[in-house]
Amino acid sequence: MEKRVTFRGWLLPLALIAPQVFISAVFFFYPAGQAVWQSLFIPDPFGLSSQFVGLGNFEFLLSDKFYRASFVTTAVFSTLVTLCSMIPALFLAVIADRLIKGSGVYRTLLIWPYAVAPAIAGVLWLFMFNTRVGVVSWYLGQLGYDWNHVLNGTEAMGLVVVASAWGRISYNFLFFFAALQSVPRSVIEAAAIDGASFWRRFFTIVLPLLSPTAFFLLVVNVVYAFFETFGVIHTITGGGPQQATTILVYKVFSDGFVGQDLGSSSAQSVILLFVVGILTVIQFKYVEKRVHY
Amino acid sequence: MNKNLLGALAVTTALSPVAAFAQTEVQFWHAFTGRLGDLVKAQVEEFNASQDEFVVVESHKGNYSETLNAGIAAFRAGEQPHILMVFEVGTATMMSAEGAIKPVHKVMTDSGATFDPNAYIGSVKGYYTTTGGDMLSLPFNSSTPVLWVNRDAMSAAGVDPDADLSTWEKVGDVLDQLKAGGEDCPLVTAWQSWIHLENLSAYHDVPFASQDNGFAGLDTELMLNGPTQVAHLTAMGDWAKDGKFIYTGRRNEGGANFRAGECALFTESSAGYAGISSEAEFEFDVRPLPYWEAVVSEPQNTIIGGASLWVMEGHEGEEYKGVGEFLSFLSSANVQADWHQNTGYLPITSEAGEVTRAAGFYDENPGTDIAVIQMTAKEPTANSKGLRLGSFDQIRGIIDEELEAVWSGEKTAQEAMDSAKERGDALLRRFESANQ
Repeated sequence: MEKRVTFRGWLLPLALIAPQVFISAVFFFYPAGQAVWQSLFIPDPFGLSSQFVGLGNFEFLLSDKFYRASFVTTAVFSTLVTLCSMIPALFLAVIADRLIKGSGVYRTLLIWPYAVAPAIAGVLWLFMFNTRVGVVSWYLGQLGYDWNHVLNGTEAMGLVVVASAWGRISYNFLFFFAALQSVPRSVIEAAAIDGASFWRRFFTIVLPLLSPTAFFLLVVNVVYAFFETFGVIHTITGGGPQQATTILVYKVFSDGFVGQDLGSSSAQSVILLFVVGILTVIQFKYVEKRVHY
Repeated sequence: MNKNLLGALAVTTALSPVAAFAQTEVQFWHAFTGRLGDLVKAQVEEFNASQDEFVVVESHKGNYSETLNAGIAAFRAGEQPHILMVFEVGTATMMSAEGAIKPVHKVMTDSGATFDPNAYIGSVKGYYTTTGGDMLSLPFNSSTPVLWVNRDAMSAAGVDPDADLSTWEKVGDVLDQLKAGGEDCPLVTAWQSWIHLENLSAYHDVPFASQDNGFAGLDTELMLNGPTQVAHLTAMGDWAKDGKFIYTGRRNEGGANFRAGECALFTESSAGYAGISSEAEFEFDVRPLPYWEAVVSEPQNTIIGGASLWVMEGHEGEEYKGVGEFLSFLSSANVQADWHQNTGYLPITSEAGEVTRAAGFYDENPGTDIAVIQMTAKEPTANSKGLRLGSFDQIRGIIDEELEAVWSGEKTAQEAMDSAKERGDALLRRFESANQ
């Protein structure tokens, strides 16, 4: 028999969830509904007239091969950002966890990059890799490698991935580090006495116990890569060269706020909403099964 | 106590004869920061001090795109300014917004301010005028592309700094010599679409888009894949491959390379003058934009870039009177002449150019009049009046992408421009249906 604390009546529970419902309604449901509604029209920028086109905006988008290519770009980008931000974070957390002296200093230093806003991070990386004045590109030039992310799509992608993942490593580190601290020492010590090597202990004991945290970070990082990397891309590449770094959310911005094509922009947000929704469902349905709580 | 208060009120009112409540306020949103921002502020202050009926309040709203967006968002919320600065690319968007804008010629006649449409330079006002000759917005800052030369870099590579650079054929030879002389960056550019496609087309009197470059109607199609444009881009692509033309980015990134003395030749706006003259630690000079001798025996005029001032609908009649006064003030010869000399932007009236010449400015700063001559030497044709295309900001983005494919050698110039036309036309059709 499971014991549950239950509320008597409906008023108190309703009152308790009301603030959250209100916030969701104002900041999520209302704008999302607006986006769906506007995606059915081609309005002029000033809102003076607008023409109902049904699913015309979606048709226009899906028949555009550059828009379809943007899905692939987004998939590549978000996979790379997620991997590049989670694996180093886990590595750093494991190392910091083993430190006996000075771990506080390391922790503080490792968390710092998280305080840097994406746009600023973008500018910092851009300075290092600037084809003219960049320190890194200068050294690469000395080694005989001609770095030019302005024309080379692969290099541009690499640069925005690194710049987006960099600040995120701190965030992931924080969570992994906390999770590592809660792994019971006794289990690890018992395994050590049984003669299990460090890596064996890590893969058979620590990693499974970290899986809830890793799963949470996976979901959060994918959402981050989809929506919050805008500042980095805007400052470093502006979506170029050609469309090598135009991810879906960047296209929403450039069509809506540069092109003033609000109909297409709304339709893109609706598509994006579905894509992320489906991704999250998949993650919870399939990946979560492998998680041990 | 009461008496004191009244006395105090009387004193303060007497001390401030320009009491704010008696004046009509005119909101002016612009996109200028730094030195240009200061110059705009100075113009506004001068106007406010010159009369006590109106007070113009200027505010900076971000870069060109952001300022336009701020204006549009404000209009939707019913909070629009009286005067909004819009870059030339947004012209078609503003023109189609009937009900949101009040044409300048109408503002001027209604307000009774001094206004003579013929005083403005044809190729400058043409961009912002209807085919019927009515001025829709007031040209504010206009520039045109020219060729900047680093004379020291030329000499260092063993090339005569006075070499003839009037045609692209001759520039090609000089680029060969520069490369052979060890120059790493013979040619660099800013604003590639504006200079190497839009201006190239006007300069050689070939259309950039159908329907008189969009002036005659919304059912316009891009024509930038014509033989003249493709030949030019093919040459540029070859130069890029040989390391004679260095690509640095979509905007004016190349300016930093040139000002640092790293590049020999630089195609950039005449308004680059302020930056180059203050930063360059080398001998430089300004030449007219080159043309292809094989295409034309002598070039047409170039077209402008920059911004104009649009008057927004939805305010009181008295306020429009203030707007009219202010625009008339901005057009006056001395204000314009100062602006032209300080910034390198073109004067918007012929009189301002004459004032500048009479003051000896062109003699003291050789080359500063080249842009003016290049714009005014010939009467503009249907191909060189300007461009009026919807969604043009996005179309420029598409052109940038396709040009990058040419510079990196992934596409031929013909393939890239065919693709730019196809993609751009799709946006033009959308714009057409949104504005029917």
